[in-house]
Amino acid sequence: MTDEQGTTGAVLVVGGGISGLTAALETAEVGNDVFLVEKGPSFGGRVAQLNQYFPKLCPPSCGLEINFRRIRDNRRIRTYTMTTVKAVSGGPGNYEVTLETSPRYVNSNCTACGDCAAACPDEIANEFNFGMNSCKAAYLPHEMAFPRRYVIDKGALTSAGAEAVKAACKYDAVDLEMKPETFTVHVSSIVWATGWVPYDATRMESLKFGQSKAIITNMMLERMAAPNGPTGGKIHRPGDGKAIESIAFVQCAGSRDENHLEYCSHVCCMATFKQMSYIREQYPEAQIYVFYIDLRTPGKYEKFRESWMSDAKATFIKGKVADMTIEADGGVTVIAENALTAEKISQKVDMAVLATGMQPSFALQGAPVALEMDPSGFVISDAARGMIAAGCAKKPADVVTCTQSSTAAALKAIQLSRR
Amino acid sequence: MDKKYCAYICAGCGIGDALDLEALSEVVSGEMSMECKTHDCLCGKDGRAFIEADVAGGVNTVVVGACSPRVMTREFDFGQDKITVRANLREQVVWAEVKPAEGEEPNSSAAEFLQETASDYLRMACTRAKKTALPEPFHLEVLTRTILVMGGGLAGLTAAKEAAAAGYDVLLVEKEEKIGGKALGWRKSFPTRAPWTDLEENPINALIAEVEGNSRITVKTATEVARISGSPGDFGVSLKAAGSKSEWDAPAKVTVEDQEKIEKGEKANPNTGLKKYTELNPEATKVGAVVLATGWTPADVSAFSHLGYGQIKNVVTNAEFEKLAKEGRVPASVAFIQSPGGKENDKDFPYCNSVTSMVALKQAQYVCADNADGKAFIIYQHMRTPGHMELFYKNAQSQDGIFLTKGSVTGVSENGGGLRVAVEDTLLGENLDLDVEMVVLAAGMEPTTLHEYSINLAYRQGPTFSDLGLFDGYADSHFICFPYETRRTGVYACGGVRKAESMEEAVDDATGAALKAIQCIESVDRGVSVHPRSGDATYPEFFMQRCTQCKRCTEECPFGALDDDEKGTPLPNPTRCRRCGTCMGACPERIIGFKDYNIDLIGSMVKAVEVPEDDDERLRVVVFVCENDAYPAIDMAGMKGLGINHMIRFIPVRCLGSVNMAWIRDALSAGMDGAMLLGCTYGDNYQCHFVKGSEIANKRMENIGETLSSLGLESERCAAEQVAITDYDKIPQLLNDFVEQIVEMGPNPFKGF
Repeated sequence: MTDEQGTTGAVLVVGGGISGLTAALETAEVGNDVFLVEKGPSFGGRVAQLNQYFPKLCPPSCGLEINFRRIRDNRRIRTYTMTTVKAVSGGPGNYEVTLETSPRYVNSNCTACGDCAAACPDEIANEFNFGMNSCKAAYLPHEMAFPRRYVIDKGALTSAGAEAVKAACKYDAVDLEMKPETFTVHVSSIVWATGWVPYDATRMESLKFGQSKAIITNMMLERMAAPNGPTGGKIHRPGDGKAIESIAFVQCAGSRDENHLEYCSHVCCMATFKQMSYIREQYPEAQIYVFYIDLRTPGKYEKFRESWMSDAKATFIKGKVADMTIEADGGVTVIAENALTAEKISQKVDMAVLATGMQPSFALQGAPVALEMDPSGFVISDAARGMIAAGCAKKPADVVTCTQSSTAAALKAIQLSRR
Repeated sequence: MDKKYCAYICAGCGIGDALDLEALSEVVSGEMSMECKTHDCLCGKDGRAFIEADVAGGVNTVVVGACSPRVMTREFDFGQDKITVRANLREQVVWAEVKPAEGEEPNSSAAEFLQETASDYLRMACTRAKKTALPEPFHLEVLTRTILVMGGGLAGLTAAKEAAAAGYDVLLVEKEEKIGGKALGWRKSFPTRAPWTDLEENPINALIAEVEGNSRITVKTATEVARISGSPGDFGVSLKAAGSKSEWDAPAKVTVEDQEKIEKGEKANPNTGLKKYTELNPEATKVGAVVLATGWTPADVSAFSHLGYGQIKNVVTNAEFEKLAKEGRVPASVAFIQSPGGKENDKDFPYCNSVTSMVALKQAQYVCADNADGKAFIIYQHMRTPGHMELFYKNAQSQDGIFLTKGSVTGVSENGGGLRVAVEDTLLGENLDLDVEMVVLAAGMEPTTLHEYSINLAYRQGPTFSDLGLFDGYADSHFICFPYETRRTGVYACGGVRKAESMEEAVDDATGAALKAIQCIESVDRGVSVHPRSGDATYPEFFMQRCTQCKRCTEECPFGALDDDEKGTPLPNPTRCRRCGTCMGACPERIIGFKDYNIDLIGSMVKAVEVPEDDDERLRVVVFVCENDAYPAIDMAGMKGLGINHMIRFIPVRCLGSVNMAWIRDALSAGMDGAMLLGCTYGDNYQCHFVKGSEIANKRMENIGETLSSLGLESERCAAEQVAITDYDKIPQLLNDFVEQIVEMGPNPFKGF
């Protein structure tokens, strides 16, 4: 049963991170058509920013590469970057969805030769690296970016920059007059895999994020540890580049806190053990302090915790961090109360890493259509309506749970097309 | 297929600036006798139209010398009935040119080196095009779409219901007299919605009713699966009465060594009285795929003798307590112990995950609900309440009658008619002696696969999954990105047999497993592979006349796809196959191959490389590269301009497991000076997408070292390296070091023979 757009039981997947990719692929490999839309310029989402996964300490780009290949080889999947949902009408089994693609200012002629970036005189903060370095205003989001096509930040281009970029392209791929484009698709159901954002660390005043370069977030540390990150994989204190002799991990930075995120973000404990491995690899002598409430490393992660807790130069303190003091030498003092001994601890370190939690993307930006959401902004599936949540849009979860729930979402989406 | 060839070389992205395209065209049209055209930008509209016009004119086999095959895939896809072969002239030649170090003069031969490399890649691509045939998908004579669900607990019932809702017939087998599983005994279940504070009605009865009323689902209770034979799309399931023995029970694994001992009478045959594993049961029920939901059993906690289980009355497990709670027999004061390690360690009971933390919170509520002045003490090391369960935990903290503290339980003893729990290192900084009526231990959930085969496959490689030890016995996957992928195609585990899960998690898990089962059946119907080469329409074909029954393919297949007959001749099961080619790599007789990937094809590519004689500046080293991770990493190295040694020639392979040592011999006897394998990490944290391919290839390389030595060649001319996809900055150096080592050894003495 092929409809007028040439598709069969089509499913729209919103969000092109690991959950959206998985939902799209698992659906398409059954035989249904899929529209996969991503608001950023490339697919991969949050996991593309991670250096390694816990507990295997393997690179996320390995799994992404396989998924990108599955997409390239599967004509049932149509992909759209820089695209968001504007409106949804109709009903389950027969939705009409209006999508809008923002201008990329680079058209499909792009061969990713890189000449535009080489010629571009203008620079912007590199968002992929949380602004820890800059990149050209004509850029590839990162080396592994899929699709491999450049993007131009038109607002950051000077007129000289615009001329240079246009002149550099031999393939007539730069189009600075590009306008947003709206189009519609017909689908039987929609999978919302809109993911998460790192909780804004500046909102926790006592943790002093933004007031000292010695205070970073766990996601920033991922970028620093990554070979394609702002420091080429070298971890040091931002700003002065000091080698790390001591480091503190501040757990539950925002999570399990009724003033911020009332839930547990599920991954931060494992992420910290993983990040201990990054530190240890580069700094065998560094002192590591972990301030925690509970160490939530259930099931198969317990072995992972055990191996890192036996690290002779690591100290674990059960206590929530109450304050941070910025020190004149560039370091920071972490202040907490040890819940077991009731003593107050002040530990000066070279760098502190805030284990900021995950906030559902829709908590901040709102959903584009009426969706049932819980008080924190996580999407609640309504399979009968063909509105299905997957991955971290649904609940805070690790990657393996996200890919699993996205596989489940694929079936719920398909069921509606078969009624 | 009557092939009509044409090769196209792109001048774009710097290729035309760095290379003499005319000379390249001559290599193609001269040496390779293939028509060759050049274009300024092949991937653009004009470029594609340029090729498409030829395709319309009858060209059906296209060689594209341009960018990496990892990009512009759809631009250079001219249809399923056309063959396209890509030569990676951009990322791995032009962009990978070695730049002179600062202050150094460029090598005067640099341009020639680059031209030679590009020529070789075109020679190889043309050779590949000539040797590639269109795939002819494998189709079963009869495909069965019914899904077998093993286990009628929450996970199994959910999988059945969800598969049925997508239009599939389901056979659900449960060994107990009635369906429902462990959940039948649960009084309440965890909150699943805001505000995540209140216990909910157990959903199991509603689910049972739904399944029983669904005409697509056939339920067989008091029944077990004796064995499953066959392969996806065509499994044969032998059923038997629960608890009985059958001649169709799955045979135990008998290795080649075991077999020899059995034949010599040195070992008893474990399969006496059983039908041979290849024998087909005429009574078997046909199914297309299997969902394994055989669940879990409560872990034995009597080993923690200081806690008194089995010795002291009223020390019970959480599962036993739930039963009491359902019967309304909840004492007024109960201590819940989450961690058995005392002061020694702070781990939870084995096989817990986060479920037991939540169970304790739930059961503490029963104590308060059923007793006016009920007191529940939860002694934990770490409360594991992920996500919104944090609110469930928080609510319990504020509830009258529930007391929670971190602490080390050092002992449980009898105290008059009651029990005394000794707790040290509490949050209050003091030691506690709790006097309670009952102690509940947070026992874990052991997967059935820890104690039995569960899946009962009649396979040459044995009746169960391989390497379960890596997952503590759970039928789990080792892949973070691909949680349902195990080493047995068409079998997908969910629920307690895969992980200790809450009911909500198990429902989600079972739905995913049902999807994978459906997807496998539909892929079989299309004649294509499932993950990770999903959509691949080729499959290994065997030229059995030359088989010497060495059994290597059968033993090495990571997915147990091959069975064998009495003599040891392999019996292929194409729908179990994941198309990695490990069998092809294993075969000493070189009789296994795919339509577009075989011994002759790659061997011919190796031989297509031009090997100059008597030129120390032009040694040749072939590197077989895993296309999944190492190949993209080399592309990245090229993009970053890191420079690849000009003596290297890359040949992408499906998996290192598919590399046949014949290719290494081909390379060295063709006068090449060295050979390397570049693939994924293996070992306990393996990254190999085909699980064992990389490890097996490394073993084979150890052996070829000996062969080389016996020929008078240095074994160091061959090497195997493990790299990750992110190692692009390390790979150029790694290759250089290898080349340098070979340069020191000098040219291959067989050169020119």
